[in-house]
Amino acid sequence: MHLLKSPGSWSRALGWLAAVVLLTGAMLTSPAQAEDIVIGGLFSITGPQSYLGEPERNTLEMVVAEINAKGGINGKNVKAVIYDDEGDANKARLNASKLIDKDKVIAIIGPSLTPTSMAIIDITQPAKVPLISCAAGVNITSPVQERPFVFKTAQTDQMAVARIYQYLQKQKINKIAIITVSSSFGVSGKDQLIAQAPPAGLEIVAQEVFGEKDTDMTPQLTNIRTTPAQAVICWGTGPAPAIVAKNMKQLGLTIPLIQSHGAASKKFIEYAGEAAEGIILPAGKIAVYKDLPDSDPQKAVIKNYVEKYEAQFKTPVSGFGGYAYDAFNLLAQAVSKAGTDGTKIAQELQNIKNFPGVSGIFNMSPEDHNGLGPDAFVMVKIDKGEWKLVE
Amino acid sequence: MAPPCPAFFWTEQQCAGGPGSPLISGIPLEKLAELLQYLFSGLTNGAIYALIGIGFSIIFNATAIINFAQGEFVMLGALVAIALHSLGLSLPLAFGLAVSAVTLIGLVFERLAIRSAREATAISLIIITVGGGVLIKGLAMLIWGKDAYTLPPFSGQEPLVFAGATILPQSLWIMALTILLVVGLEAFLHFTILGKAMRAASFNPVAARLVGIRVSQMVQFSFALSAALGAAAGVLIAPITLGVYDMGTMLGLKGFCAAVIGGLGSIFGVVLGGLLLGVAEALASGLISSGYRDAVAFLILLLVLFFRPQGLIGRRPSRSS
Amino acid sequence: MVRYQRWLQAGAFYFLVAITGSLLPGTYYVTLLNLIGLHIIIVLGLNLLMGYAGQISLGHAAFFGLGAYTSAILTTTYKVDPVLGLLAGLLLSGLVAVVVGIPALKLKGYYLAMATLGFGIIVAIAFQQMDWLTGGPSGFMGIPPFRLLGWSFKTPTTGFFFVWTVVGLILFLSLNIVDSRIGRALRAIHDSETAALAMGVDAQRLKLLIFVVSALYASLAGSLLAHTTNFIAPSSFGFMFSIKLVTMVVVGGMASIWGSLLGAAVLTILPELLAVFHDLEVVIFGLILMVVMIFLPRGLVRGLLDLWEFRQRKQQGR
Repeated sequence: MHLLKSPGSWSRALGWLAAVVLLTGAMLTSPAQAEDIVIGGLFSITGPQSYLGEPERNTLEMVVAEINAKGGINGKNVKAVIYDDEGDANKARLNASKLIDKDKVIAIIGPSLTPTSMAIIDITQPAKVPLISCAAGVNITSPVQERPFVFKTAQTDQMAVARIYQYLQKQKINKIAIITVSSSFGVSGKDQLIAQAPPAGLEIVAQEVFGEKDTDMTPQLTNIRTTPAQAVICWGTGPAPAIVAKNMKQLGLTIPLIQSHGAASKKFIEYAGEAAEGIILPAGKIAVYKDLPDSDPQKAVIKNYVEKYEAQFKTPVSGFGGYAYDAFNLLAQAVSKAGTDGTKIAQELQNIKNFPGVSGIFNMSPEDHNGLGPDAFVMVKIDKGEWKLVE
Repeated sequence: MAPPCPAFFWTEQQCAGGPGSPLISGIPLEKLAELLQYLFSGLTNGAIYALIGIGFSIIFNATAIINFAQGEFVMLGALVAIALHSLGLSLPLAFGLAVSAVTLIGLVFERLAIRSAREATAISLIIITVGGGVLIKGLAMLIWGKDAYTLPPFSGQEPLVFAGATILPQSLWIMALTILLVVGLEAFLHFTILGKAMRAASFNPVAARLVGIRVSQMVQFSFALSAALGAAAGVLIAPITLGVYDMGTMLGLKGFCAAVIGGLGSIFGVVLGGLLLGVAEALASGLISSGYRDAVAFLILLLVLFFRPQGLIGRRPSRSS
Repeated sequence: MVRYQRWLQAGAFYFLVAITGSLLPGTYYVTLLNLIGLHIIIVLGLNLLMGYAGQISLGHAAFFGLGAYTSAILTTTYKVDPVLGLLAGLLLSGLVAVVVGIPALKLKGYYLAMATLGFGIIVAIAFQQMDWLTGGPSGFMGIPPFRLLGWSFKTPTTGFFFVWTVVGLILFLSLNIVDSRIGRALRAIHDSETAALAMGVDAQRLKLLIFVVSALYASLAGSLLAHTTNFIAPSSFGFMFSIKLVTMVVVGGMASIWGSLLGAAVLTILPELLAVFHDLEVVIFGLILMVVMIFLPRGLVRGLLDLWEFRQRKQQGR
């Protein structure tokens, strides 16, 4: 029998492996001090959307260390317990209840995605634990009356679409093609693009989709080429939108390409290379913060975040980490006034006004738990590998 | 919007669809260019699927194992080449070194995972290779992080125009090198002692052992060979698709479809399967619905399995597991 | 005697469930145990197929998803009673299993694995792309809790009792199947299909029957998932989940009903324990998977028993 060749050594090896794994595990979980303020983080750190979760996790760890160096909140040390949901709804639910039950967090920052956020709302809401999501979907915070403990810091795709359509109207473009990714981000964007087109006087002449990990979109774009579209709008995150840009260039499709705010990262320019030139997109001000006037209240906030992040992680900053940054700062302000009671924190969060964050200026209200207006976006154009403000 | 005019072949008037425009059975020039574009896209992807599929087929023939870690070899090839190139190595050198490095990893993988489990059942072996794939992908994530990386194309960015359809020079590289590799592989398997020994070991391991072939060495060699092919596919496609730690899984599955569609027993079958798959995908996403592009690959897989399980031009497998 | 033992086991099982359910603190352990219970249901079915009938399926996540989405859509969009939704899910999954099973089960070994894998991926893509029906990648929200005879299983703890009652029923159903004529015929097919055929066993029909039964188990688990979590998304029903299910069967031990319980529990809890390793989690998970399969190819239960026996013999001085 195969197993009995030398089970002594194997079983010992297995035993050692198990012991090492468990011991390291025990060492890595340091118990929280009774006095600590414990907040939870739940991001898609691995899995297909890890490019969102990674900067969010990094950012949260960075700001927590920063606030502790300054003496914490109201003199209390802050501890962040961060879990990975791998982009899966069941995993998110499990981790959310773990954060609430085992780690006794006073609030949760994240998840990174719309589906994982939606999945945990009926865990955090009855537990009266404030949740500040970093995902784009409009439905996360609405209807607010049913979800008084749910907030979000990411700009909604509703505003991004409105901004793009405003721009297109100015350019006298009225026939557009849309190509969207088959993820929650893309589907939600597609719905908004379709819903807002008729009131903006735009006609969608082609609708295409692509997979998050697809590597060739020439067939879809070839299809678009046969339509009278005057511009292409691409809605996606990660490397795929860059491939769309490259494929358009390859096909000699010279009509303007407009990307979503999902492409508003330095990485996108790097991925798309020369094909990035001339692309227009709505971006958070983080993309062009250097061009902002000093009077803009966001400028100082963004500058501080970008410089610290890039110095610590040696990688270009993205707007995604900014969602976690804003979420933490909003939370810190609320906790400093309300203490650690969930209901009071939610009350405080709801009353925050004129709070300059990385993603925009937050004006929360009992009707709006996102608090951002269309001015959270600016239209930018890629010019010689740099973001430039248009308008 | 009209496709670029192939002025080299036709006059402006012909391009505009005017008199003298080459119409084939009523299909206007634009439609033809469109179809040609799908064909280019399909053949490029198909060549890559074929290279990955051959890797599956080589290992399957030698060991009757489906190696679910095959896609990760592709990813490693791309990322190692990108890393070496960014260190300042020239592209051909980075290509060669990346392929050699991944070949080595394939050997190590065989030694640690497969040989230790020689008596495991088919199902255990599937799980072992899946576990191996998860492990390799996880390590790549730790080393390279979660961002994608770019590799410059082998020659030039400017697309070439053929009859209204465009193609990247890199696509030509992919097709040419695929042909070269396939022909080389066939020659190796049929005309060298080592290749003949490999084939003998896969046809009948017992008989091969009797005539003095070390079958375990052949198995090892098959892993090395398929890792090398996977890595080559990865380096070839990286300039078009970017390299990222989780690029391998879907490519691996598609390559595996290609291998089954064509027939696991025959290398030319796998090539045919790959090209067919690539073109079918491109046509489906262009003409039917781009959302179901991946479903098309697996639908063809099911149809082939149900109606012609040995593959399009495969022979009946010599052993059934 | 056997019958008497079975009742005793059932009593012990439900006693344990009752105790656990009333002692569990907070929602985390309940959520985790509910997930384990659902996985056990699927794995029990898959083990009947793999361990007893000797047929592999790399696409069982599809049936899990079919059950979940049928229940979700019918009860939420069309306000159908959850019991009817669950039955509709079973009906749909059973039909799909017959349609896919008839051609697929003619294939053997790896070819069957490939066919089921392809089927699973196609269904997963459909969940994503049919967003007008399924909500697409954003998921399906607001599924009502299960209601039965005026009872509503709204809280996680009532959900726990509900799920584990079903787990118990399925467990004893499976034990009975294994001990029945069907079970004996299945083992005959597993050992030698030709010999079984010679003995007058209609192998094709039996394989199909078990394939459908295992699909029904998965679909049932899916419906329960939809009603206990109120939210489902396509990412839970993908290719990797099918692989994970097969892994649970093999790690627990093929053709071992009690092993299935262990396999499902271990592989559901393991990622939770590994979470402290952050990014290393995936690497360690892959490593453990390989090591267990290489060194304990017959699964944890048998493997550890074998080890123990070997120890005993060694200590007795060989």
